[in-house]
Amino acid sequence: MKRFRWLALLLVFALVGAACGDSDDGDGADSSGDGEGLRAAVVTPSAENDLAFSQSIVDALHALESEGLLSEVAVTEGTFIVEDAAVALRAYADEGYDLVIAHGSQYGSSLQEIAPDFPDTAFAWGTAADTFGLSNVSAYTAASDQGGYVMGVMAAGLAGDGSIGVVGPIEVGDAKLFVDGFIAGASSAGGSATAVYIDSFSDTTLAAETATSFVANGATVLTGTAQMTVGAIGVADGAGVPWFGTQSNQTKVAPDVVVASQVYKWEVVLRDLVSSINGGTLGGSTYEITLANEGLVIEYNDAYDLSADVKSAGDDAANSIADGSVSTGQ
Amino acid sequence: MNDWLTATFAVVTIASAVRLATPYLLASMGEAVGQRSGVLNLGVDGVMLLGGFMAYWTVLETKNLLLGVVAGIVTGAVLGLIYATVTIVFHAEQGISGIGLYLFGLGMSELLFQEQVGTPLPIKSFSTVRIPLLADIPKIGEVLFDHSLMAYAAILLVPVLTVVLNKTTLGLNIRAVGENPEAVDSLGVSVARTRLITIVFGNAMAGLAGAALVIELGIFQNNVTNGMGFIAVALVYFGAWRPAGVLAGSLLYGLVTAIVTQWKTAGLVTGAAASFTSMAPAVLTVIALVVIARRNAPQPSALTHPFVRGH
Repeated sequence: MKRFRWLALLLVFALVGAACGDSDDGDGADSSGDGEGLRAAVVTPSAENDLAFSQSIVDALHALESEGLLSEVAVTEGTFIVEDAAVALRAYADEGYDLVIAHGSQYGSSLQEIAPDFPDTAFAWGTAADTFGLSNVSAYTAASDQGGYVMGVMAAGLAGDGSIGVVGPIEVGDAKLFVDGFIAGASSAGGSATAVYIDSFSDTTLAAETATSFVANGATVLTGTAQMTVGAIGVADGAGVPWFGTQSNQTKVAPDVVVASQVYKWEVVLRDLVSSINGGTLGGSTYEITLANEGLVIEYNDAYDLSADVKSAGDDAANSIADGSVSTGQ
Repeated sequence: MNDWLTATFAVVTIASAVRLATPYLLASMGEAVGQRSGVLNLGVDGVMLLGGFMAYWTVLETKNLLLGVVAGIVTGAVLGLIYATVTIVFHAEQGISGIGLYLFGLGMSELLFQEQVGTPLPIKSFSTVRIPLLADIPKIGEVLFDHSLMAYAAILLVPVLTVVLNKTTLGLNIRAVGENPEAVDSLGVSVARTRLITIVFGNAMAGLAGAALVIELGIFQNNVTNGMGFIAVALVYFGAWRPAGVLAGSLLYGLVTAIVTQWKTAGLVTGAAASFTSMAPAVLTVIALVVIARRNAPQPSALTHPFVRGH
């Protein structure tokens, strides 16, 4: 019988192996390229098509690939577990990728350990502002409060007598920046926004329930940030409540209610990074995407009937932030 | 009167609690039946994920909610057959096998989601079913008689399973197999067949729980259960392996989560206090398990023990 137990265990491990194989999406193999651009790899916490944080960097890398600045893009997605991400980062560096990106502030300590072992590889991570004093590490961040402020202004214009609900993940990083900026923008336009952090980046159910609770308590506009918000967007869609997105364009999830999305255009950062690497500088810099450098872009849903007054208020706020005449308070 | 003391607040909170409790209740009832026959399944979360994905994909393609529910159940049943093969035929250690099943469901649901769907797209959700007349009773009607079909089904299964476990030959066999499989075997009852039935049923219920979750949400995402299956296993211990106990545990867990969510959205708890209250459901579960361990509610004697005739 012991033999059968071993067989059973082998079957289990075979099943696990089949299901949990390298989540590299194969882009590396698919992207033959012209052989002249750099080879880039990225490790992301959630799915590469999450319509949020992870998708923003993957889309940007593919944009640079299309421009010929990168010859190959490899992606390992869904690495919520930091130790798994560390293995992938080290493997990419071992395989000789020119640029290895750790797309998540939780990966910082891993990168700090790995980067010194590969002095000829350029590493980048974000959202963060610390390069650990290492010459081959760059950091990047997003001034997400800026787009948050703009959408807060518009949300106040749409809310009428109702309140505005904000579904946040954990009170850190660009999520906190977005939420704070959104509340400041809504407040500046006479709106009342309340934020609830659900203390999770992945609990879709709780995000949905929080949105449901907001609607039940009189919210007439909703927003949220991070990958778990798809649940909240579903609630907004079902209740017919306008939704403001961030990180990626979320119109596809709920075309009837998504008003606009703040979209991260990491291409702005990546172009500088690639240029620096080609020039022989592997790191040491910190980058930020903003409305002014067009790393942050407000993309409107053309199918949503947004009043001209509200859109104008949003555009004015965006222009004022870009030229420095308005501060988000961050 | 403060908003949070009003009847409306209570109605919204309890409705939220029932909605949150439904997937837990479905999954934990299935697991309770399995454990009563002596089989522990730590793979519930993985089965919920794969069942949930198959339900989501089916609804996305066919726009038919009923077909989605069936897809979730069938997926769970098929995974149950695999798990039964591993644990009954090969007598594999149940803890390890269950974790394997979880990882399989997690990985396969992510793989299929990426390959077949990609970007999360919304599907239609269950609409609530108002029970005529009863739903019109002020406040109480909204709390008790205005829920989705899945919530009613989950709650109705509690007395059904209670009767099956306590008043039928099958139920007697299930309980006996979980306590003393050697004695049952000596009486000519097939331990393997009894456990096969409970494993397939338990996994089908987990698949149904996944289907109920994603259809209620109206969307699928990688790891959408966020560990719900593991909580469901804990709720079986909380409920002392009885359907009514599991119902109480699920509702309590859902209620605590709903109250915390309501308090946070109403601005009653903020900052560090809000983060602290977020831990309440998990803390409650741990406390409950400690209490259960101290009270006289022994687990099935043969739980986790593979049955091999003559050993």
